[in-house]
Amino acid sequence: MNLLLEIGNGALSVTAVLTGIGLVFAALLIAKLISPRSFSVKKSEPYECGIPTRGESMIQFKAGYYIFAILFLIFDVETVFLWPWSVVMRGLGPQGLLCIAIFMFVLIMGLAYAWKKGALKWE
Amino acid sequence: MFDFGKWTSAFNSLLLGTGMPEWAAVLIECVIIAVLVLATYIVLALFYILYERKLCAWFQCRLGPMRVGKWGLLQVFADMFKILIKELICLKGTDRFLFKLAPYIVITSSVTMLACLPWGNGLQIIDWNIGIFFILAVSSVGVLGILLAGWASNNKYTLIGAMRSGAQMISYELSLGISLMTICVFAGTMNISELVAEQESAWFLFRGHIPAIIAFIIYVIAATAETNRGPFDLPEAEHELTAGYHTEYSGIHFGFFYLAEYLNLFIVSGIATLMFLGGWMPLHIPGWEAFNNIMNYIPSIVWFLAKAFFISFVIIWFKWTFPRVRIDQMLAFEWKYLMPFSLANLILMAVFVALGWHF
Repeated sequence: MNLLLEIGNGALSVTAVLTGIGLVFAALLIAKLISPRSFSVKKSEPYECGIPTRGESMIQFKAGYYIFAILFLIFDVETVFLWPWSVVMRGLGPQGLLCIAIFMFVLIMGLAYAWKKGALKWE
Repeated sequence: MFDFGKWTSAFNSLLLGTGMPEWAAVLIECVIIAVLVLATYIVLALFYILYERKLCAWFQCRLGPMRVGKWGLLQVFADMFKILIKELICLKGTDRFLFKLAPYIVITSSVTMLACLPWGNGLQIIDWNIGIFFILAVSSVGVLGILLAGWASNNKYTLIGAMRSGAQMISYELSLGISLMTICVFAGTMNISELVAEQESAWFLFRGHIPAIIAFIIYVIAATAETNRGPFDLPEAEHELTAGYHTEYSGIHFGFFYLAEYLNLFIVSGIATLMFLGGWMPLHIPGWEAFNNIMNYIPSIVWFLAKAFFISFVIIWFKWTFPRVRIDQMLAFEWKYLMPFSLANLILMAVFVALGWHF
């Protein structure tokens, strides 16, 4: 059911990616040609509502986000394991259900542990 | 149903009939596809900007843009031109390379997702056998662009906006993926054209019993958060962070983020259409032959676009109905409610499939 059956999906995906890059590149080129340019010291300051910037901005940042990133990693890898199962579930029947129930149980215990430890609390 | 595949295969044989080598024909076809995708992208983005502005106005008892063109139809073209002639400012202390790389990543991921959607009968470009998984994988690359944009701008507001956006998008991606997986368990395939073909007798929303309906609700909530919209627009909370991760972008640089945001709205609606509302399949009710035949006369592309615009309407409706949530509420809602519910729903669907309680 491809638009064009003779082209492989790989080539089509590369075409799509190149289209995206081409769109940004072409629009930037047009903008560079027709947009004005000027320079002043004040203009190149970061916009922080008129108050002069204090200190660095690229700093080590709140650890709360990091905990959620770790949790995400665990569950994302888990979904990667679940995807192949999801496709063959119809053929597996009750046995497939039982196996994945054990897998899910272990996983949900992990979530419950993180919850109890307070990893899901934002402070 | 009209099959667009006939046109494309006729065109293909026409190209090969001229006696050119096969690689040249493939190259020409790839260029045509690229131009078509680009045109669709721009037209949809322009349409969506007007759609949102008009709907937002009507929800607030205003008229919206009215001055440029009839009913303000040309407003978006004027806006686009204005944004093109604005200066591109690159600030002191920014990481130049990453600052310029970020729009490329955001736009590329949304263009690639757009090329995966099934537009109509025979109108689909990329059709991997892992289709829906591919779309999810590409969508998570987009988060990277947003994080880079916030980090490279050397501004505290953008950094906070990007971090919030990253936390929100990766969190809601989980329940988004699991709710789509629920449908994959039911359908037994990840291939997009097979998923659409499966829904010929009835859409998955109606065939899949209760789990499909729960999955649909979870999907719409997660998709709203995934596009940084509605009650979940924390990354761009105007009162706190000026404009979030794209505060420091000016001119067309900002325009890219704006375009990608609207296109992502269309893409999540398109995926909802594909997985729950039958893709381009018309509304078929088993047993009502005359009704089904009448429905078949409506072209498939009209069905797809109408359903996608409807889902977008619902998501825009959310935005103007619910107040913005706080970040702790947002994360707690995902991790304590949506995520356990979607896992339980997945198991429920597996039980239904294992016991054969499906239509």
